[in-house]
Amino acid sequence: MEIRSQVSMVFHLDKCIGCHTCTIACKNIWTDRKGTEYMYWNNVETKPGTGYPTRWEDQTKYRGGWVVEGKRQKRLRLRLQGKWGTLTNIFYNPVLPQLDDYFEPWTYDYQNLFNAPLADEQPTARAISMVTGKYMDTIEAGPNWDDDLGGSQVYANNDPNFAGATQEELRQLQEIDRTVFFYLPRICNHCLNPGCVAACPQGAIYKRGEDGVVLVSQERCRAWRMCVSGCPYKKTYFNWSTGKAEKCILCYPRLESGQPPACFHSCVGRIRYIGLVLYDADAIEETAKAPQESLVQAQRDVIKDPFDPEVIAAAKASGVPDSKITAAQQSPVYQFVKKWKLALPLHPEFRTLPMLFYVPPLGPVLAKTDKGVYDNVADDSRLGPLMSSLERSRVPLRYMASLLSGGNEEIIRDVYRKLVAVRVYMRAKKVKDIPAEEVEKALTDGKTNAAEVEAIFRLTSLPTYEERFVVPPMERDMSVDSLFPALDPVSRNYPVRKGEVGVGFHTDPARGP
Amino acid sequence: MNEVLFVAFPYVAVALAIFGGVYRYRRNRFSYSTLSSQLLENRTLFWGSVPWHYGIVIVLLAHLLGFLMPSMWQAIMAGQYTLYTIEIIGYAFGLAALVGLCVLFVRRLTMERIRAVTSPMDWVLLADLLLQVGLGVYVSLVYRWGADWFVNTAVPWLVSLVSLNPQTQYITSLPLVVQLHMLNGFLVIALFPFSRLVHLIMFPFWYLWRPYQLVISNRPVTTMGKAHSDAEWA
Ligand code: SF4
Ligand code: SF4
Repeated sequence: MEIRSQVSMVFHLDKCIGCHTCTIACKNIWTDRKGTEYMYWNNVETKPGTGYPTRWEDQTKYRGGWVVEGKRQKRLRLRLQGKWGTLTNIFYNPVLPQLDDYFEPWTYDYQNLFNAPLADEQPTARAISMVTGKYMDTIEAGPNWDDDLGGSQVYANNDPNFAGATQEELRQLQEIDRTVFFYLPRICNHCLNPGCVAACPQGAIYKRGEDGVVLVSQERCRAWRMCVSGCPYKKTYFNWSTGKAEKCILCYPRLESGQPPACFHSCVGRIRYIGLVLYDADAIEETAKAPQESLVQAQRDVIKDPFDPEVIAAAKASGVPDSKITAAQQSPVYQFVKKWKLALPLHPEFRTLPMLFYVPPLGPVLAKTDKGVYDNVADDSRLGPLMSSLERSRVPLRYMASLLSGGNEEIIRDVYRKLVAVRVYMRAKKVKDIPAEEVEKALTDGKTNAAEVEAIFRLTSLPTYEERFVVPPMERDMSVDSLFPALDPVSRNYPVRKGEVGVGFHTDPARGP
Repeated sequence: MNEVLFVAFPYVAVALAIFGGVYRYRRNRFSYSTLSSQLLENRTLFWGSVPWHYGIVIVLLAHLLGFLMPSMWQAIMAGQYTLYTIEIIGYAFGLAALVGLCVLFVRRLTMERIRAVTSPMDWVLLADLLLQVGLGVYVSLVYRWGADWFVNTAVPWLVSLVSLNPQTQYITSLPLVVQLHMLNGFLVIALFPFSRLVHLIMFPFWYLWRPYQLVISNRPVTTMGKAHSDAEWA
């Protein structure tokens, strides 16, 4: 057992209002430079929908993540290609997404509004490409082009998670009073078994030992652009101007000083939680090879109990400081993921062991309508006064399972039953219109109890800033400045290890000749 | 004159490449990049980049082999049929490189998005490479059996340069185009540290031996007593 600490996250989807404040916070801080205009380290997708870049979940097209293969499913390999494949495809990556899979970034010719000569028509501000600087006559795509377009035949129906859906299910989604959608905010998952790191032939991408943040060394990156394909979440982007890969850095300068990342801090719906988990690094490979239906469980297992004395001892032995162990004990992520089993990894079947977990939204489970009336009492297996049965949920369970549990519907059902139990219990407590035996039944169905439900309610609805964000500042004796105080005279950067860890970048990061 | 062109210039070019390259690596490592434009344009790139790179790599390897092991190379070329075969393979890859380069040239010239990421040095380099590969293909067509004769002309000259005892007589009598090809070769070397060519010494062979996952800590972490290795599972 080798215990390490990892910054891990939970997004509570029921609380996301789709305001994109997170996106803007990130954009303004990190990706408003030339070459990064099209990058959205944080983006919020409408689901069902095609996402960003278009159909990123379709790995037959993008070939991201890992597959297990061989006799007895023993070998884990990148879906993209083997190591030789990387070297022979290095001159041309056959599955690299194109700028048009994202969109061509543009601005407007605002000056024209002021400078246009006097005329009979109002002057217009034409769109100008931020790549070529030329006018763009038609804009065909943009970030969030399918925002709120639940039920759209163009977007919702082409969601890869509907691969197994029947015609009837797809038709229902388009009916105006059955249409349904929810939001899926996405950032880099800072995976335990990252596809981006493994795909980079240069070794420019690495996971930080201290907190598991995955970073691209801008000095080592040589633009072999395999990471873009290796990441199944398409969260590594290629800066077309500097010729370097860039990705979410989880605002590590903020993290190191004990602040949550900007997207967390600014989140209006307060859906975001961040905290440490302790995990067993020796078990990563085995976990990533688990059979698809048990991947979620395997991933829960790799996260260790921070109160277990054995785990604490192992953590100390591998140099995890006390402050981190304490923080891991107070981690909201540990509660949601491991204790309550409510938060699930996005597409665990990509096998990168993502460390960002989602509590599935209960909203879409709400009853279907029948002749315009909410059909919430129609059958006996109803879950409570506001819920129809899970089987009749508007977003098919199969869809949620494809999104969050590698197709294992039982896991989704368990999560929903517990979430429903919380609602039923709290409603009985506050509104007092649910009979006690129904509450009891909901609790039993949800495999939970009153105390747990109260705790879930508290952390879901009333958490303070300190409860949502438990990130201890970096230990002073671990900070890079204290290790390498002197600058290299030639490069004006910090010497070797500083270069490796990606801090202290002092030369102008401009495109080479 | 010959001394300047065939002695001084090669030395200057190589010195520039080495010292310039090292200096740039130390001073501005960030600028070491292939500057790939595949994100911006995909389809034409395939028909340019793939033939160009595979063509030039094979042809350069053949040049290098003849230079490093002249006697072995000559022994191989002694057989009439091997000579034919090698020459034909050489044409094929040389032509592939030339065609690829032309495609890349046209792509850069005609596509808006690619023009947006083209520097003046890219044009210099492209033109110079086009000249070099063009000359190479021309020489191999007009002065047949280059695979054979270059071992007795260019190679001894290069060897004399490397052994710091420059002998120009091996090549002064060669046709002008052949001499041009050699001189321009050194010009390409001289351009190396000033252009995107630097990416070629960065080819990441060590990926083959590296474990998939990399973990880097500010301070080497110890794990249960043993020294912590940066590498994760392979
Ligand atoms: S989400 Fe993608 S970019 Fe982020 S660590 Fe995982 S594989 Fe890498
Ligand atoms: S800021 Fe929060 S609530 Fe708003 S879109 Fe982002 S994650 Fe959702």
